[in-house]
Amino acid sequence: MAYIPLVLVVALVAWFVAAYNKLIRFRNQIKNAWHQIDVQLKRRYDLIPNLVEVVKDYMAYEQETLTKVIEARSAALSAKGPAAQAKAEGLLTETLKSLFAVVERYPELKANQNVASLQEELTGTENKISFARQFYNDSVMTYNNAIQSIPTNFIASFFSFVQEAYFEIEPESRAVPKASLR
Amino acid sequence: MISGISPACPKCGGVNRPGTDLCYLCGDPLGAGPAANAFVGDASPPVKAGPPLRPVPMLLFTEAARHNVRMSALLFVLLFAVFFLLGTAVGGAYGDPGTGLGLSFVLYAILGTTAYFSGSSIVLSIHGAREAGGEEHRQLRNVVEEMAIAAGVPPPKVYVIQTAGMNAFAAGRRPEEACVAVTTGLVDRLNREELQGVIAHELAHIKSRDTLYNVCAAVLVGAVALLSDMFLRGVLWGRRGRTDGERGGGGRGNAAFFVLALLLAVLAPLAAKILQMSISRQREYHADAAAAGFTRNPLGLASALAKISGGPEVPGENRGTQHLFIVNPLRVFGPDSTALMSTHPPTEARIQRLRAMGGIAAGN
Repeated sequence: MAYIPLVLVVALVAWFVAAYNKLIRFRNQIKNAWHQIDVQLKRRYDLIPNLVEVVKDYMAYEQETLTKVIEARSAALSAKGPAAQAKAEGLLTETLKSLFAVVERYPELKANQNVASLQEELTGTENKISFARQFYNDSVMTYNNAIQSIPTNFIASFFSFVQEAYFEIEPESRAVPKASLR
Repeated sequence: MISGISPACPKCGGVNRPGTDLCYLCGDPLGAGPAANAFVGDASPPVKAGPPLRPVPMLLFTEAARHNVRMSALLFVLLFAVFFLLGTAVGGAYGDPGTGLGLSFVLYAILGTTAYFSGSSIVLSIHGAREAGGEEHRQLRNVVEEMAIAAGVPPPKVYVIQTAGMNAFAAGRRPEEACVAVTTGLVDRLNREELQGVIAHELAHIKSRDTLYNVCAAVLVGAVALLSDMFLRGVLWGRRGRTDGERGGGGRGNAAFFVLALLLAVLAPLAAKILQMSISRQREYHADAAAAGFTRNPLGLASALAKISGGPEVPGENRGTQHLFIVNPLRVFGPDSTALMSTHPPTEARIQRLRAMGGIAAGN
Protein backbone atom coordinates (compact mmCIF):
# COMPACT_ATOMS: atom_id res chain seq x y z
CA MET A 1 0.00 0.00 0.00
CA ALA A 2 2.88 2.32 0.78
CA TYR A 3 4.04 2.02 -2.80
CA ILE A 4 0.91 3.57 -4.31
CA PRO A 5 2.02 7.24 -4.02
CA LEU A 6 5.43 6.31 -5.39
CA VAL A 7 3.87 4.54 -8.38
CA LEU A 8 1.65 7.55 -9.03
CA VAL A 9 4.61 9.94 -8.94
CA VAL A 10 6.64 7.76 -11.30
CA ALA A 11 3.67 7.52 -13.70
CA LEU A 12 3.21 11.29 -13.60
CA VAL A 13 6.88 11.94 -14.31
CA ALA A 14 6.87 9.41 -17.16
CA TRP A 15 3.81 11.08 -18.67
CA PHE A 16 5.41 14.50 -18.31
CA VAL A 17 8.62 13.43 -20.04
CA ALA A 18 6.70 11.78 -22.86
CA ALA A 19 4.44 14.79 -23.40
CA TYR A 20 7.32 17.27 -23.30
CA ASN A 21 9.34 15.22 -25.78
CA LYS A 22 6.34 14.97 -28.05
CA LEU A 23 6.04 18.76 -28.17
CA ILE A 24 9.75 19.09 -28.93
CA ARG A 25 9.43 16.50 -31.70
CA PHE A 26 6.49 18.33 -33.25
CA ARG A 27 8.30 21.67 -33.10
CA ASN A 28 11.42 20.28 -34.74
CA GLN A 29 9.30 18.65 -37.41
CA ILE A 30 7.88 22.06 -38.30
CA LYS A 31 11.39 23.49 -38.66
CA ASN A 32 12.44 20.57 -40.80
CA ALA A 33 9.33 20.89 -42.96
CA TRP A 34 10.10 24.57 -43.53
CA HIS A 35 13.62 23.74 -44.72
CA GLN A 36 12.21 21.08 -47.01
CA ILE A 37 10.22 23.80 -48.80
CA ASP A 38 13.42 25.84 -49.25
CA VAL A 39 15.26 22.83 -50.67
CA GLN A 40 12.58 22.35 -53.32
CA LEU A 41 12.43 26.07 -54.16
CA LYS A 42 16.20 26.07 -54.64
CA ARG A 43 15.89 23.09 -56.93
CA ARG A 44 13.37 24.93 -59.05
CA TYR A 45 15.70 27.93 -59.40
CA ASP A 46 18.41 25.55 -60.60
CA LEU A 47 16.22 23.82 -63.16
CA ILE A 48 14.82 26.92 -64.85
CA PRO A 49 18.03 28.08 -66.64
CA ASN A 50 18.41 24.57 -68.12
CA LEU A 51 14.88 24.63 -69.45
CA VAL A 52 15.26 28.11 -70.91
CA GLU A 53 18.52 27.05 -72.55
CA VAL A 54 16.90 24.05 -74.23
CA VAL A 55 13.74 25.73 -75.48
CA LYS A 56 15.05 29.13 -76.56
CA ASP A 57 16.24 28.01 -80.01
CA TYR A 58 12.81 26.71 -80.90
CA MET A 59 10.94 29.65 -79.51
CA ALA A 60 12.18 32.58 -81.56
CA TYR A 61 8.77 34.22 -81.52
CA GLU A 62 8.17 33.63 -77.82
CA GLN A 63 11.04 35.66 -76.39
CA GLU A 64 8.60 37.58 -74.23
CA THR A 65 7.47 34.46 -72.37
CA LEU A 66 11.07 33.39 -71.78
CA THR A 67 12.06 36.83 -70.55
CA LYS A 68 9.15 36.80 -68.12
CA VAL A 69 10.27 33.46 -66.71
CA ILE A 70 13.84 34.66 -66.26
CA GLU A 71 12.70 37.90 -64.66
CA ALA A 72 10.31 36.10 -62.34
CA ARG A 73 13.10 33.74 -61.32
CA SER A 74 15.51 36.53 -60.39
CA ALA A 75 12.71 38.43 -58.64
CA ALA A 76 11.98 35.34 -56.54
CA LEU A 77 15.68 34.86 -55.80
CA SER A 78 16.12 38.42 -54.58
CA ALA A 79 12.79 38.75 -52.73
CA LYS A 80 13.18 39.80 -49.11
CA GLY A 81 10.87 38.60 -46.37
CA PRO A 82 8.38 35.72 -46.39
CA ALA A 83 5.45 37.73 -47.76
CA ALA A 84 7.37 39.20 -50.68
CA GLN A 85 8.92 35.83 -51.38
CA ALA A 86 5.58 34.04 -51.39
CA LYS A 87 4.29 36.58 -53.88
CA ALA A 88 7.34 36.27 -56.14
CA GLU A 89 7.16 32.48 -55.99
CA GLY A 90 3.51 32.59 -56.99
CA LEU A 91 4.38 34.75 -59.98
CA LEU A 92 7.19 32.38 -60.98
CA THR A 93 4.80 29.42 -60.87
CA GLU A 94 2.39 31.26 -63.12
CA THR A 95 5.02 32.27 -65.70
CA LEU A 96 6.22 28.67 -65.80
CA LYS A 97 2.69 27.53 -66.48
CA SER A 98 2.42 29.90 -69.42
CA LEU A 99 5.79 28.68 -70.70
CA PHE A 100 4.54 25.10 -70.63
CA ALA A 101 1.38 26.21 -72.37
CA VAL A 102 3.55 27.61 -75.15
CA VAL A 103 5.59 24.40 -75.33
CA GLU A 104 2.34 22.53 -75.96
CA ARG A 105 1.97 24.49 -79.20
CA TYR A 106 5.34 23.37 -80.62
CA PRO A 107 5.21 19.69 -81.65
CA GLU A 108 8.98 19.46 -82.21
CA LEU A 109 9.56 20.84 -78.71
CA LYS A 110 7.15 18.37 -77.16
CA ALA A 111 8.93 15.55 -78.96
CA ASN A 112 12.35 16.67 -77.69
CA GLN A 113 13.58 14.23 -75.04
CA ASN A 114 15.46 16.92 -73.10
CA VAL A 115 12.41 19.16 -72.91
CA ALA A 116 10.21 16.26 -71.87
CA SER A 117 12.49 15.24 -69.03
CA LEU A 118 13.03 18.84 -67.86
CA GLN A 119 9.29 19.33 -67.95
CA GLU A 120 8.81 16.21 -65.82
CA GLU A 121 11.48 17.43 -63.40
CA LEU A 122 9.82 20.83 -63.07
CA THR A 123 6.37 19.29 -62.64
CA GLY A 124 7.82 17.03 -59.97
CA THR A 125 9.47 19.98 -58.27
CA GLU A 126 6.27 22.06 -58.40
CA ASN A 127 4.43 19.16 -56.79
CA LYS A 128 7.16 18.72 -54.19
CA ILE A 129 6.91 22.41 -53.30
CA SER A 130 3.18 22.19 -52.80
CA PHE A 131 3.37 18.89 -50.90
CA ALA A 132 6.15 20.31 -48.73
CA ARG A 133 3.93 23.29 -47.93
CA GLN A 134 1.04 20.95 -47.23
CA PHE A 135 3.23 18.89 -44.90
CA TYR A 136 4.42 22.07 -43.21
CA ASN A 137 0.82 23.14 -42.59
CA ASP A 138 -0.13 19.65 -41.40
CA SER A 139 2.80 19.70 -38.98
CA VAL A 140 1.78 23.13 -37.70
CA MET A 141 -1.76 21.86 -37.17
CA THR A 142 -0.59 18.81 -35.22
CA TYR A 143 1.67 20.97 -33.07
CA ASN A 144 -0.93 23.68 -32.46
CA ASN A 145 -3.51 21.03 -31.58
CA ALA A 146 -1.10 19.54 -29.08
CA ILE A 147 -0.25 22.80 -27.32
CA GLN A 148 -3.88 23.88 -27.10
CA SER A 149 -5.51 20.68 -25.90
CA ILE A 150 -5.74 19.34 -22.37
CA PRO A 151 -3.54 18.16 -20.74
CA THR A 152 -0.47 19.05 -22.83
CA ASN A 153 -1.48 22.72 -22.83
CA PHE A 154 -0.26 22.97 -19.20
CA ILE A 155 3.22 21.83 -20.21
CA ALA A 156 3.13 24.03 -23.28
CA SER A 157 2.25 27.17 -21.37
CA PHE A 158 4.72 26.41 -18.58
CA PHE A 159 7.62 26.02 -21.03
CA SER A 160 6.21 28.75 -23.29
CA PHE A 161 5.66 26.75 -26.46
CA VAL A 162 3.96 29.23 -28.77
CA GLN A 163 1.65 28.58 -31.70
CA GLU A 164 3.27 28.46 -35.11
CA ALA A 165 1.88 30.27 -38.14
CA TYR A 166 0.45 28.50 -41.18
CA PHE A 167 1.92 29.03 -44.60
CA GLU A 168 -0.48 31.34 -46.41
CA ILE A 169 -0.29 32.97 -49.78
CA GLU A 170 -0.79 36.72 -49.91
CA PRO A 171 -4.15 37.93 -51.24
CA GLU A 172 -2.50 39.65 -54.25
CA SER A 173 -0.87 36.47 -55.47
CA ARG A 174 -4.19 34.68 -55.26
CA ALA A 175 -5.38 36.92 -58.04
CA VAL A 176 -2.31 36.28 -60.20
CA PRO A 177 -3.42 33.16 -62.07
CA LYS A 178 -6.28 34.87 -63.88
CA ALA A 179 -4.23 37.91 -64.81
CA SER A 180 -1.15 36.29 -66.28
CA LEU A 181 -2.60 33.27 -67.97
CA ARG A 182 -5.05 34.48 -70.52
CA MET B 1 2.91 15.84 -69.95
CA ILE B 2 2.00 18.24 -67.25
CA SER B 3 -0.73 16.72 -65.26
CA GLY B 4 -1.37 15.75 -61.73
CA ILE B 5 -1.57 19.23 -60.28
CA SER B 6 -5.00 19.87 -58.93
CA PRO B 7 -6.03 23.33 -57.72
CA ALA B 8 -4.15 24.10 -54.53
CA CYS B 9 -5.94 25.99 -51.80
CA PRO B 10 -4.50 29.47 -51.47
CA LYS B 11 -5.04 29.46 -47.72
CA CYS B 12 -3.92 26.09 -46.44
CA GLY B 13 -2.14 24.66 -49.47
CA GLY B 14 -4.46 21.65 -49.60
CA VAL B 15 -4.60 20.10 -53.04
CA ASN B 16 -8.21 19.85 -54.19
CA ARG B 17 -9.86 17.77 -56.83
CA PRO B 18 -10.30 19.56 -60.15
CA GLY B 19 -13.59 21.38 -60.49
CA THR B 20 -14.02 22.24 -56.81
CA ASP B 21 -14.97 25.70 -55.62
CA LEU B 22 -14.35 25.39 -51.91
CA CYS B 23 -11.23 23.96 -50.36
CA TYR B 24 -11.76 20.38 -49.30
CA LEU B 25 -9.76 21.00 -46.12
CA CYS B 26 -10.39 24.46 -44.76
CA GLY B 27 -13.57 25.36 -46.64
CA ASP B 28 -12.05 28.56 -48.02
CA PRO B 29 -12.99 29.56 -51.56
CA LEU B 30 -10.35 28.52 -54.05
CA GLY B 31 -10.43 32.00 -55.55
CA ALA B 32 -9.69 31.73 -59.22
CA GLY B 33 -11.80 29.34 -61.26
CA PRO B 34 -10.57 25.78 -61.35
CA ALA B 35 -9.47 25.99 -64.96
CA ALA B 36 -7.27 29.01 -64.31
CA ASN B 37 -5.94 27.52 -61.12
CA ALA B 38 -5.02 24.12 -62.51
CA PHE B 39 -1.65 23.70 -64.13
CA VAL B 40 -1.89 24.62 -67.79
CA GLY B 41 -1.72 21.62 -70.03
CA ASP B 42 -3.37 19.54 -67.36
CA ALA B 43 -4.85 16.42 -68.84
CA SER B 44 -8.59 16.27 -68.41
CA PRO B 45 -9.44 14.91 -64.97
CA PRO B 46 -9.14 11.12 -64.96
CA VAL B 47 -12.42 10.60 -63.18
CA LYS B 48 -15.52 10.82 -65.30
CA ALA B 49 -17.11 14.25 -65.23
CA GLY B 50 -18.29 14.69 -61.69
CA PRO B 51 -21.96 14.66 -60.82
CA PRO B 52 -23.10 17.66 -58.80
CA LEU B 53 -21.15 17.60 -55.57
CA ARG B 54 -22.76 17.12 -52.23
CA PRO B 55 -21.07 19.84 -50.26
CA VAL B 56 -21.58 19.05 -46.58
CA PRO B 57 -21.48 15.40 -45.51
CA MET B 58 -17.99 14.33 -46.43
CA LEU B 59 -15.93 11.57 -44.90
CA LEU B 60 -12.89 13.42 -43.62
CA PHE B 61 -9.73 11.42 -44.08
CA THR B 62 -8.47 12.27 -40.60
CA GLU B 63 -11.58 10.77 -39.01
CA ALA B 64 -11.44 7.75 -41.27
CA ALA B 65 -7.80 7.18 -40.39
CA ARG B 66 -8.43 7.46 -36.65
CA HIS B 67 -11.34 5.04 -36.77
CA ASN B 68 -9.30 2.48 -38.67
CA VAL B 69 -6.35 2.73 -36.32
CA ARG B 70 -8.68 2.02 -33.38
CA MET B 71 -10.31 -0.90 -35.15
CA SER B 72 -7.08 -2.60 -36.08
CA ALA B 73 -5.62 -2.08 -32.61
CA LEU B 74 -8.69 -3.73 -31.11
CA LEU B 75 -8.47 -6.65 -33.51
CA PHE B 76 -4.79 -7.04 -32.74
CA VAL B 77 -5.49 -7.21 -29.00
CA LEU B 78 -8.14 -9.85 -29.69
CA LEU B 79 -5.66 -11.86 -31.74
CA PHE B 80 -3.14 -11.77 -28.89
CA ALA B 81 -5.90 -12.74 -26.45
CA VAL B 82 -6.86 -15.77 -28.53
CA PHE B 83 -3.23 -16.89 -28.60
CA PHE B 84 -2.55 -16.52 -24.89
CA LEU B 85 -5.92 -17.98 -23.92
CA LEU B 86 -5.06 -21.02 -25.96
CA GLY B 87 -1.64 -21.19 -24.33
CA THR B 88 -3.13 -20.97 -20.84
CA ALA B 89 -5.82 -23.55 -21.55
CA VAL B 90 -3.34 -26.01 -22.99
CA GLY B 91 -1.10 -25.47 -19.98
CA GLY B 92 -4.11 -25.98 -17.71
CA ALA B 93 -5.03 -29.23 -19.39
CA TYR B 94 -1.62 -30.53 -18.32
CA GLY B 95 -2.06 -29.15 -14.82
CA ASP B 96 -0.27 -25.77 -14.96
CA PRO B 97 -1.89 -22.77 -16.71
CA GLY B 98 1.02 -20.44 -15.80
CA THR B 99 3.62 -22.56 -17.54
CA GLY B 100 1.37 -22.78 -20.60
CA LEU B 101 1.15 -19.00 -20.74
CA GLY B 102 4.90 -18.65 -20.26
CA LEU B 103 5.72 -21.21 -22.91
CA SER B 104 3.39 -19.57 -25.42
CA PHE B 105 5.22 -16.28 -24.76
CA VAL B 106 8.53 -18.00 -25.50
CA LEU B 107 7.12 -19.60 -28.65
CA TYR B 108 5.89 -16.23 -29.87
CA ALA B 109 9.21 -14.53 -29.11
CA ILE B 110 11.18 -17.12 -31.10
CA LEU B 111 8.88 -17.05 -34.14
CA GLY B 112 8.60 -13.26 -34.03
CA THR B 113 12.35 -12.65 -33.91
CA THR B 114 12.97 -14.97 -36.83
CA ALA B 115 10.34 -13.29 -38.97
CA TYR B 116 11.50 -9.80 -37.97
CA PHE B 117 15.05 -10.36 -39.12
CA SER B 118 14.30 -12.27 -42.30
CA GLY B 119 13.77 -8.96 -44.08
CA SER B 120 11.96 -7.71 -47.14
CA SER B 121 14.60 -8.81 -49.63
CA ILE B 122 12.92 -12.22 -49.85
CA VAL B 123 9.63 -10.71 -50.97
CA LEU B 124 11.35 -8.55 -53.58
CA SER B 125 13.29 -11.45 -55.04
CA ILE B 126 10.22 -13.71 -55.17
CA HIS B 127 8.59 -11.21 -57.49
CA GLY B 128 11.72 -10.47 -59.54
CA ALA B 129 11.74 -6.79 -58.63
CA ARG B 130 14.57 -4.62 -59.99
CA GLU B 131 15.55 -1.19 -58.73
CA ALA B 132 13.93 1.55 -60.82
CA GLY B 133 16.75 3.49 -62.42
CA GLY B 134 17.09 5.22 -65.75
CA GLU B 135 15.15 7.80 -67.69
CA GLU B 136 12.02 5.71 -68.25
CA HIS B 137 11.29 5.58 -64.52
CA ARG B 138 12.03 9.23 -63.81
CA GLN B 139 8.36 10.06 -63.33
CA LEU B 140 7.85 7.11 -60.99
CA ARG B 141 10.82 8.17 -58.86
CA ASN B 142 9.56 11.76 -58.79
CA VAL B 143 6.09 10.65 -57.72
CA VAL B 144 7.58 8.53 -54.93
CA GLU B 145 9.66 11.49 -53.73
CA GLU B 146 6.65 13.80 -53.86
CA MET B 147 4.51 11.47 -51.83
CA ALA B 148 7.33 10.84 -49.35
CA ILE B 149 7.44 14.60 -48.75
CA ALA B 150 3.67 14.72 -48.35
CA ALA B 151 3.76 11.79 -45.93
CA GLY B 152 6.79 13.09 -44.06
CA VAL B 153 8.77 9.86 -44.37
CA PRO B 154 12.21 9.29 -45.92
CA PRO B 155 11.89 8.41 -49.61
CA PRO B 156 11.82 4.60 -49.90
CA LYS B 157 13.73 2.62 -52.50
CA VAL B 158 11.75 2.13 -55.69
CA TYR B 159 11.52 -1.21 -57.47
CA VAL B 160 9.75 -2.27 -60.65
CA ILE B 161 8.37 -5.68 -61.55
CA GLN B 162 8.39 -6.41 -65.28
CA THR B 163 4.84 -7.55 -66.02
CA ALA B 164 1.71 -6.33 -67.77
CA GLY B 165 -0.32 -6.87 -64.61
CA MET B 166 -1.16 -3.80 -62.53
CA ASN B 167 -0.24 -3.90 -58.88
CA ALA B 168 2.02 -2.47 -56.20
CA PHE B 169 3.27 -3.35 -52.73
CA ALA B 170 5.40 -2.00 -49.93
CA ALA B 171 7.80 -3.82 -47.64
CA GLY B 172 10.25 -3.08 -44.88
CA ARG B 173 10.09 -3.08 -41.11
CA ARG B 174 10.78 0.60 -40.56
CA PRO B 175 10.16 3.70 -42.72
CA GLU B 176 13.94 4.25 -42.91
CA GLU B 177 14.57 0.96 -44.68
CA ALA B 178 11.34 0.60 -46.61
CA CYS B 179 10.82 -0.03 -50.29
CA VAL B 180 7.93 0.12 -52.71
CA ALA B 181 7.56 -2.08 -55.77
CA VAL B 182 5.23 -1.40 -58.67
CA THR B 183 4.59 -3.38 -61.83
CA THR B 184 5.51 -1.88 -65.19
CA GLY B 185 1.89 -2.41 -66.27
CA LEU B 186 0.85 -0.02 -63.53
CA VAL B 187 3.42 2.63 -64.49
CA ASP B 188 2.40 2.43 -68.15
CA ARG B 189 -1.35 2.62 -67.72
CA LEU B 190 -1.92 5.07 -64.87
CA ASN B 191 -1.67 8.82 -65.26
CA ARG B 192 0.35 10.90 -62.87
CA GLU B 193 -2.54 11.63 -60.53
CA GLU B 194 -3.53 7.96 -60.25
CA LEU B 195 0.09 6.93 -59.73
CA GLN B 196 0.30 9.48 -56.90
CA GLY B 197 -2.72 7.83 -55.28
CA VAL B 198 -1.25 4.33 -55.48
CA ILE B 199 2.16 5.41 -54.19
CA ALA B 200 0.50 7.41 -51.40
CA HIS B 201 -1.41 4.25 -50.40
CA GLU B 202 1.85 2.29 -50.23
CA LEU B 203 3.58 5.05 -48.26
CA ALA B 204 0.64 5.04 -45.85
CA HIS B 205 1.32 1.33 -45.25
CA ILE B 206 4.96 2.18 -44.60
CA LYS B 207 4.24 5.16 -42.36
CA SER B 208 1.75 3.30 -40.18
CA ARG B 209 4.10 0.28 -40.17
CA ASP B 210 1.50 -2.05 -41.64
CA THR B 211 4.34 -3.98 -43.15
CA LEU B 212 5.46 -4.79 -39.61
CA TYR B 213 1.86 -5.40 -38.47
CA ASN B 214 1.48 -7.91 -41.27
CA VAL B 215 4.51 -9.85 -40.13
CA CYS B 216 3.34 -9.86 -36.51
CA ALA B 217 -0.16 -10.98 -37.43
CA ALA B 218 1.15 -13.74 -39.67
CA VAL B 219 3.45 -14.93 -36.89
CA LEU B 220 0.60 -14.97 -34.35
CA VAL B 221 -1.64 -16.93 -36.66
CA GLY B 222 1.20 -19.36 -37.30
CA ALA B 223 1.85 -19.69 -33.57
CA VAL B 224 -1.82 -20.39 -32.83
CA ALA B 225 -1.89 -23.06 -35.52
CA LEU B 226 1.32 -24.61 -34.19
CA LEU B 227 0.10 -24.65 -30.59
CA SER B 228 -3.28 -26.16 -31.50
CA ASP B 229 -1.61 -28.77 -33.60
CA MET B 230 0.81 -29.70 -30.84
CA PHE B 231 -2.01 -29.97 -28.31
CA LEU B 232 -4.26 -32.09 -30.53
CA ARG B 233 -1.39 -34.46 -31.30
CA GLY B 234 -0.62 -34.54 -27.59
CA VAL B 235 -4.21 -35.54 -26.86
CA LEU B 236 -4.01 -38.47 -29.26
CA TRP B 237 -0.72 -39.66 -27.81
CA GLY B 238 -1.77 -38.93 -24.25
CA ARG B 239 -4.95 -41.05 -24.49
CA ARG B 240 -2.96 -44.01 -25.51
CA GLY B 241 -0.54 -43.42 -22.66
CA ARG B 242 -3.31 -43.20 -20.08
CA THR B 243 -4.96 -46.49 -21.01
CA ASP B 244 -1.61 -48.17 -20.72
CA GLY B 245 -0.56 -47.00 -17.32
CA GLU B 246 -1.05 -44.76 -14.33
CA ARG B 247 0.01 -41.47 -15.97
CA GLY B 248 -2.74 -39.42 -14.40
CA GLY B 249 -2.82 -35.74 -13.56
CA GLY B 250 -6.51 -35.55 -14.53
CA GLY B 251 -8.15 -33.89 -11.54
CA ARG B 252 -11.48 -32.02 -11.64
CA GLY B 253 -10.04 -28.56 -12.53
CA ASN B 254 -7.85 -30.07 -15.18
CA ALA B 255 -10.79 -31.82 -16.80
CA ALA B 256 -12.50 -28.44 -17.25
CA PHE B 257 -9.29 -26.99 -18.68
CA PHE B 258 -8.95 -30.04 -20.90
CA VAL B 259 -12.36 -29.51 -22.49
CA LEU B 260 -11.65 -25.80 -22.88
CA ALA B 261 -8.28 -26.49 -24.46
CA LEU B 262 -9.79 -29.04 -26.81
CA LEU B 263 -12.46 -26.57 -27.87
CA LEU B 264 -9.94 -23.77 -28.32
CA ALA B 265 -7.50 -25.95 -30.22
CA VAL B 266 -10.19 -26.58 -32.79
CA LEU B 267 -11.65 -23.08 -32.93
CA ALA B 268 -8.65 -20.80 -32.28
CA PRO B 269 -6.83 -21.30 -35.59
CA LEU B 270 -10.01 -20.41 -37.45
CA ALA B 271 -10.70 -17.39 -35.24
CA ALA B 272 -7.11 -16.21 -35.55
CA LYS B 273 -7.25 -16.45 -39.33
CA ILE B 274 -10.52 -14.48 -39.43
CA LEU B 275 -9.04 -11.81 -37.15
CA GLN B 276 -5.88 -11.57 -39.25
CA MET B 277 -7.91 -11.07 -42.40
CA SER B 278 -10.10 -8.45 -40.84
CA ILE B 279 -7.04 -6.56 -39.57
CA SER B 280 -5.69 -6.72 -43.10
CA ARG B 281 -8.93 -5.26 -44.49
CA GLN B 282 -8.94 -2.50 -41.87
CA ARG B 283 -5.37 -1.60 -42.78
CA GLU B 284 -6.36 -1.34 -46.42
CA TYR B 285 -9.16 1.09 -45.62
CA HIS B 286 -6.79 2.99 -43.38
CA ALA B 287 -4.12 3.23 -46.04
CA ASP B 288 -6.72 4.47 -48.53
CA ALA B 289 -7.84 7.17 -46.10
CA ALA B 290 -4.28 8.20 -45.29
CA ALA B 291 -3.40 8.28 -49.00
CA ALA B 292 -6.27 10.68 -49.51
CA GLY B 293 -4.74 12.78 -46.77
CA PHE B 294 -1.35 12.84 -48.47
CA THR B 295 -2.57 13.65 -51.97
CA ARG B 296 -5.66 15.63 -50.90
CA ASN B 297 -7.13 13.97 -53.94
CA PRO B 298 -9.04 10.78 -53.06
CA LEU B 299 -10.41 10.54 -56.57
CA GLY B 300 -6.96 9.87 -58.05
CA LEU B 301 -6.65 6.66 -56.03
CA ALA B 302 -10.31 5.79 -56.68
CA SER B 303 -9.74 6.00 -60.39
CA ALA B 304 -6.50 4.00 -60.11
CA LEU B 305 -8.30 1.25 -58.21
CA ALA B 306 -11.01 1.15 -60.86
CA LYS B 307 -8.35 0.77 -63.57
CA ILE B 308 -6.42 -1.86 -61.63
CA SER B 309 -9.47 -3.99 -60.91
CA GLY B 310 -10.34 -3.94 -64.62
CA GLY B 311 -6.80 -4.71 -65.76
CA PRO B 312 -5.03 -7.99 -66.39
CA GLU B 313 -3.99 -10.03 -63.38
CA VAL B 314 -0.43 -10.30 -62.20
CA PRO B 315 0.77 -13.69 -63.39
CA GLY B 316 2.63 -16.08 -61.15
CA GLU B 317 1.29 -14.62 -57.94
CA ASN B 318 2.03 -16.35 -54.76
CA ARG B 319 -0.55 -17.09 -52.08
CA GLY B 320 1.94 -16.26 -49.34
CA THR B 321 2.35 -12.65 -50.41
CA GLN B 322 -1.17 -11.79 -51.58
CA HIS B 323 -1.91 -9.56 -48.61
CA LEU B 324 1.02 -7.27 -49.49
CA PHE B 325 -0.39 -5.90 -52.72
CA ILE B 326 -2.60 -2.84 -53.16
CA VAL B 327 -5.28 -5.01 -54.73
CA ASN B 328 -5.37 -8.74 -54.08
CA PRO B 329 -3.74 -10.28 -57.14
CA LEU B 330 -5.38 -13.67 -56.84
CA ARG B 331 -9.03 -12.92 -56.42
CA VAL B 332 -11.52 -10.47 -57.75
CA PHE B 333 -13.69 -9.23 -54.93
CA GLY B 334 -17.24 -8.62 -55.99
CA PRO B 335 -19.47 -6.02 -54.35
CA ASP B 336 -20.92 -8.52 -51.89
CA SER B 337 -17.77 -10.47 -51.11
CA THR B 338 -17.17 -9.14 -47.61
CA ALA B 339 -15.90 -12.63 -47.04
CA LEU B 340 -14.35 -13.37 -43.67
CA MET B 341 -11.28 -14.85 -45.27
CA SER B 342 -10.35 -12.14 -47.77
CA THR B 343 -7.19 -10.07 -47.32
CA HIS B 344 -8.64 -6.98 -49.00
CA PRO B 345 -12.01 -5.25 -48.82
CA PRO B 346 -14.05 -5.38 -52.02
CA THR B 347 -12.56 -2.87 -54.45
CA GLU B 348 -15.98 -1.34 -55.13
CA ALA B 349 -16.38 -0.53 -51.44
CA ARG B 350 -12.94 1.08 -51.34
CA ILE B 351 -13.72 3.19 -54.38
CA GLN B 352 -17.04 4.21 -52.89
CA ARG B 353 -15.39 5.32 -49.64
CA LEU B 354 -12.73 7.28 -51.52
CA ARG B 355 -15.37 8.99 -53.60
CA ALA B 356 -17.22 9.87 -50.40
CA MET B 357 -14.02 11.50 -49.12
CA GLY B 358 -13.88 13.44 -52.37
CA GLY B 359 -17.36 14.75 -51.74
CA ILE B 360 -19.18 12.48 -54.17
CA ALA B 361 -22.26 10.83 -52.72
CA ALA B 362 -22.54 7.06 -52.89
CA GLY B 363 -24.56 5.68 -55.76
CA ASN B 364 -23.44 8.27 -58.28
